[in-house]
Amino acid sequence: MSGDAAIEAVARASLWLKPHRIVLILIALALLLGAAFFMRWDWLPQYWEMGLVGLWRSLWILAVTCALGFMIALPVGLAQAAGPIWLAAPAKVFCTIIRGTPLLLQLWLLYYGLGSLFPQYPWIRESWMWPYLRQAWPYGVLALTLSFAGYEGEVMRGAFAGVPRGQLEAARAFGMSRWKIFRRVWLPQAFYRALPTLTGETVLQLKSTPLVATISVIDIFAVSSKVRQDTYLTYEPLLLLALIYMTITGILVLVFSRIEARIPVKVG
Amino acid sequence: MPPGWGGTLLVGLLHSIEIAVGATCVGLMIGTAGAYGKLYGGPVVRDLLAVYTTIVRAVPELVLILLLYYAGTDLINQVLTSMGYQRIDISGLAAGIAVLGIVQGAYSTEVIRGAILAVPQGQIEAARAYGMPPGLMLRRITLPAMLPFAIPGLANLWLIATKDTALLAVVGFNELTLATRQAAGVTKAYLIFYLAAGVLYLALTLFSNLIIGRVEAWARRGTPSIREAR
Repeated sequence: MSGDAAIEAVARASLWLKPHRIVLILIALALLLGAAFFMRWDWLPQYWEMGLVGLWRSLWILAVTCALGFMIALPVGLAQAAGPIWLAAPAKVFCTIIRGTPLLLQLWLLYYGLGSLFPQYPWIRESWMWPYLRQAWPYGVLALTLSFAGYEGEVMRGAFAGVPRGQLEAARAFGMSRWKIFRRVWLPQAFYRALPTLTGETVLQLKSTPLVATISVIDIFAVSSKVRQDTYLTYEPLLLLALIYMTITGILVLVFSRIEARIPVKVG
Repeated sequence: MPPGWGGTLLVGLLHSIEIAVGATCVGLMIGTAGAYGKLYGGPVVRDLLAVYTTIVRAVPELVLILLLYYAGTDLINQVLTSMGYQRIDISGLAAGIAVLGIVQGAYSTEVIRGAILAVPQGQIEAARAYGMPPGLMLRRITLPAMLPFAIPGLANLWLIATKDTALLAVVGFNELTLATRQAAGVTKAYLIFYLAAGVLYLALTLFSNLIIGRVEAWARRGTPSIREAR
């Protein structure tokens, strides 16, 4: 069996590796080697530790905001798909506002706008939240979370509404309680429907994380800006940064396609 | 033009709209050419276009804007000096349109490619049977027939373009977000100005949605509605 699989893999590779592709790959390699040898990389040893910390912070922000945002997106989507008007209307307004304004503006509104209000109130300054409210990252996490919730809430609305009525009726006929129907039938099927979009949204969220560098959170983008300021190099830090983001995107897409492949049946 | 910082904000909004319109037009041109290259081009063209769309969609817009902005202006100036001309200052408007246009082009390539694939094959074959040259076929058959399929995706791209203009604030182009930041910084009324800018962006989005609905209805004229087609 494994021999067959190996032969198949080789056949597929040879089908993919046409002559022009070999030439293109060689050109790409030459460009890469040229960049490695003819550009300046002597700043790397000095900054790589800082870069790793920044990379870790970017990934951490991505994971936290996606998880929190998805948890907010569930009620927002559900309220729009099946809620009464007094729940559906605010949810729709929330999605429209988040999707209708740039994330950079939302971020600056929260950090500069809201952040400038807090110090006026002594009870906030004396509360336990103050050490956090003085830092930049809570505002970044809040803005990115709300943004993810807004976009994903709209996706979940469609996903919840797209689950066939028969499924829910069958669950009710089995005598399941409303919570159990939601947990066992409605949510899993809606999640499967939303999964392909979720991949795209997560990649978009990754591409939004560098914005937190504009409110002085030191993520990987901010580290590359610092290298550019310190060394007066324009291209090297940016090219490396682009490569890092492309690698993370590739890994994300791979992981999500693995999860997607595990979905048992064709949803339809 | 109203006096004071309100006027500054409106000028910023105007600049944002200018860039968004320009970037969408550039993106549409790149997208149409890219979709044709991906569908009918040779193997090398197809692979190069795949590399272009993959890279642009995998790298954050902010990084692309910085990279293209510095690399683009640097490249043009190097070419100019090597040909014996003076260095020129490239206007923020032109650079912004070019950079966002290249980003938009990658996304519209995919949208338009999908829309062309959705056109019934028989229509294109019929056009070929009439002996239409490719240019005429593009103008009379493919573009009008693919429009209803492409418009939802392209409308989405227009909304993304209006919001992506805010990123140009980072390279110092004076559009709405940067104007807001300046106004807020000078007057110290942060919350009011950021809320006002948010209302302006939201108004632009809602107005666009209104127009998009009209355009979609126009592009779909004569075709059966989705519900009937089922």
